[in-house]
Amino acid sequence: MTRPAEALPTQEMLINMGPQHPSTHGVLRVLLRTDGEVVVNARPDVGYLHRGLEKIGERVTYAQFMPFTDRLDYLAAMNCNCAYAWAVEKLAGIEVPERAEYIRVIVSELNRISSHLIAFGSFTADMGAFTPFLYSIREREIVNDLFESVCGNRLTYNYARIGGVSADLPPGFLEKTKEFLDYFEPKIDEYNNLISYNKIFVHRLANVAVISAKDAVAYGLTGPNLRGSGVKFDLRRDEPYSVYPKLEFDVCVGTGERGALGDCFDRYMVRINEMRQSIRILRQAVAQIPEGPVMAKVPRLFKPAAGEVYFRSECPRGETGFYIISDGTTNPSRLKIRTGSFVSMNIFETVTKGLMIADIVAVIGSFDIILPEIDR
Amino acid sequence: METQALFDALKAKFGEAVLELQTTGFRPAFVVVAPASIADVAVFLRDDPSMKFDSLMCLSGVDAKERFAVAYHLHSLAHKHQIGVKAFLPRENPSLPSVDAVWPAANFMEREAFDLYGIVFEGSKDLRRILLPDDWEGHPLRKDYKYPESYHGVKL
Amino acid sequence: MEALALKLMNAVPALAGVPLWVMTLLVMVVVAVILLVFALTFGGVGSYVLRKVAGDIQARIGPNRVGPYGILQFLADGVKLIMKEDIIPAKADRFLFILAPYLVFVGAFAAFVVIPFGVGLIASDLNIGVYYVMAVTSLVVIGILMAGWASNNKWALLGGMRAAAQIVSYEIPVGMALMPAVLIAGSLSMQDIVRSQGGLLGLFGWNVFHNPFTFFSFFLYFTAAQAESNQTPFDLPEAESELVSGYNVEYSGIRFAFFFLSEFADMFIVAALAAACFLGGWHVPFLRAEALPGIWGNLLSLGVFLAKALGIVLLMMWVRWTLPRLRVDQLMRMSWKYMVPLTFVNLLGVSLWLLLFRGKGIPQLIASVF
Repeated sequence: MTRPAEALPTQEMLINMGPQHPSTHGVLRVLLRTDGEVVVNARPDVGYLHRGLEKIGERVTYAQFMPFTDRLDYLAAMNCNCAYAWAVEKLAGIEVPERAEYIRVIVSELNRISSHLIAFGSFTADMGAFTPFLYSIREREIVNDLFESVCGNRLTYNYARIGGVSADLPPGFLEKTKEFLDYFEPKIDEYNNLISYNKIFVHRLANVAVISAKDAVAYGLTGPNLRGSGVKFDLRRDEPYSVYPKLEFDVCVGTGERGALGDCFDRYMVRINEMRQSIRILRQAVAQIPEGPVMAKVPRLFKPAAGEVYFRSECPRGETGFYIISDGTTNPSRLKIRTGSFVSMNIFETVTKGLMIADIVAVIGSFDIILPEIDR
Repeated sequence: METQALFDALKAKFGEAVLELQTTGFRPAFVVVAPASIADVAVFLRDDPSMKFDSLMCLSGVDAKERFAVAYHLHSLAHKHQIGVKAFLPRENPSLPSVDAVWPAANFMEREAFDLYGIVFEGSKDLRRILLPDDWEGHPLRKDYKYPESYHGVKL
Repeated sequence: MEALALKLMNAVPALAGVPLWVMTLLVMVVVAVILLVFALTFGGVGSYVLRKVAGDIQARIGPNRVGPYGILQFLADGVKLIMKEDIIPAKADRFLFILAPYLVFVGAFAAFVVIPFGVGLIASDLNIGVYYVMAVTSLVVIGILMAGWASNNKWALLGGMRAAAQIVSYEIPVGMALMPAVLIAGSLSMQDIVRSQGGLLGLFGWNVFHNPFTFFSFFLYFTAAQAESNQTPFDLPEAESELVSGYNVEYSGIRFAFFFLSEFADMFIVAALAAACFLGGWHVPFLRAEALPGIWGNLLSLGVFLAKALGIVLLMMWVRWTLPRLRVDQLMRMSWKYMVPLTFVNLLGVSLWLLLFRGKGIPQLIASVF
């Protein structure tokens, strides 16, 4: 005796892709409602790493807040340090010496490379290819050694200061950087041969979570996520700051080369190509860097005039914007941090409808989110 | 588009609702509007061909001592200009219309402002606490916030 | 077994009074223990080799602390797993939870009975050899499903369901890919299949060089075997990064060790089948192993067989650390839409070839010209 299909009761499963999970890139909780393997609804639940950085910002002085910016996006700490420094300098109208600006750009681009290496490595590890992660860590070790020689730290650098950087580059740093660039540039082709165009890898990512250019802009995606959808917008090119106007580089956009434009593969390839462009920027910066002081004259008791500033810079994970309100005292009155990962999560619920559980992992990895940036 | 011209166009369209232009010491400049009109202003700013502010850069709550404010930072990819929009709210029951129908990027940022300041965004498609636990009491970023003694029996 | 028991009773006068069935039983137990020790040792040493191979491919060293070059690592791991606390989730189905790992291990281990380790070195040369292996390894699916269900954990359940779907789907390509070897030998018995690849042609007597269809069949078999033993690119049931270890997420200690050992035993089984059915089994190149005096024939053929089987295992490990993982629907599509039709066409091709050339392969045809 057979029962008609309608009589068989089925139920949606509510699975907790909990705060502790190998692939959520931090303490992200995703509440999955699935019908078997197909996701009906995936709701992200953030806030497990909220440390109240914005409240702390109102309690400490401008200079004292610098170490906290390291902990915003710890994989791109130099970028966050410099973003905050540029924001405060814009607020107070401080002019930074040129050598310091070049140093900031050099360390920012090096950190962009190391951040994209982690994004690349952990993404491929999530997809099941465990080997590229180890290769990217090996490359990143060299960058960590460079940073250690500059500021003594391998992860949370606290290097930028309001008005410059804390210390000049050590002797031999520029030569070692060039050595690294010469060593690393062919590696990108090696990675592309090894994994990027591997048929299985492409099949996992092509046509998954396609985001149109219009949606990407409306949902506030920034950085590689926005460029993966074909929007040619890079803050270093379109709202240039620091010494970027003197440096030549291309803006990498997704091309829909293996599937629809704006799928996970495009966002992944944008990061790979951005590493190449960072190498290009670094070669120019290392050649052009002038001699000079590395710190402007900033008063000990730094009290910027009352006013408000919103400054954004291109960090590896998107746009990191600082909205600082000063009331003329030593502490900021309001320090709002707008991060790329936080706003990227807006689109998560919409774009994951109808995907499979394995694709959720691909989407999280392709957005390259990091939780301290989301939760602050 | 020049900031003054922008302000004049807004004033022409919305009259009473557009209050003032804050320029000196403000980067970008801010147009202060009445809270109730924010949704209409947002639609105009996004859709008007000379404005085309299609990107909401940042939405923040502000505690300006006597009153609250919500600051919107907008950017146009087509015209490459930026503007800020501010709406001041009273300290008791601060609320204003939500703009997440205009810029979906606003959703998480409005939830954050609600969570940390207690500003209610009417008409939001999903207004829940985001960074703090759902049963947390109080709104921490307010200047008069008192830290709680304990949470669920855990001493803080 | 009985023949061996009789030989022993005749050789050792002290055992003459023992009834035959007792002797046979004793011999069976001894052989089973030998195979069990082999399986467990392979599991242990295999895990060490796996980690060293992983280290080599990933530009790092691998275990190197416990013992010279880290050789004793698997012993340390074994001791650790045995001494761990035995945790059973409160709401888990206790009986099924406890039974599952043993069922999986039995499913894998029972196939050791028909593996032809060397000349005359086979636990029992069943005349349904290949068929028996196919049947018995399906027990693994039941064990995995049990583990997934009894854990009372949604991730485990998903892993169990995926495993069931995957293993059952790839049973067909595995079986069909082995059929050409059976056709050439004309028998399902493993020793017959190995013997059919013998002769003084040496390397070229191997089934894999017999005709283009068997050559193709070897690669189909290898791919399907990679799926049968849950190796990347088909390791969805235990995909660490997605399912947090899938069906064995709630297992710890010795129970987890059993799942782990079963996986290695499974790997060895499929590799041994590949070696036996396609790569000439225990045939020593250019020698007639059966004709060698005394124990030399047995030992040499054992060595050759193990070398071939372990080489295939190494290849499986190499592929495991290189390729990313397939998604479950892609996996199913590959099995049902590509591999099943391909293996059927392949089988047809082999049958036609054997009909046309009267059972002779390309090397034999070339040899017959001279």
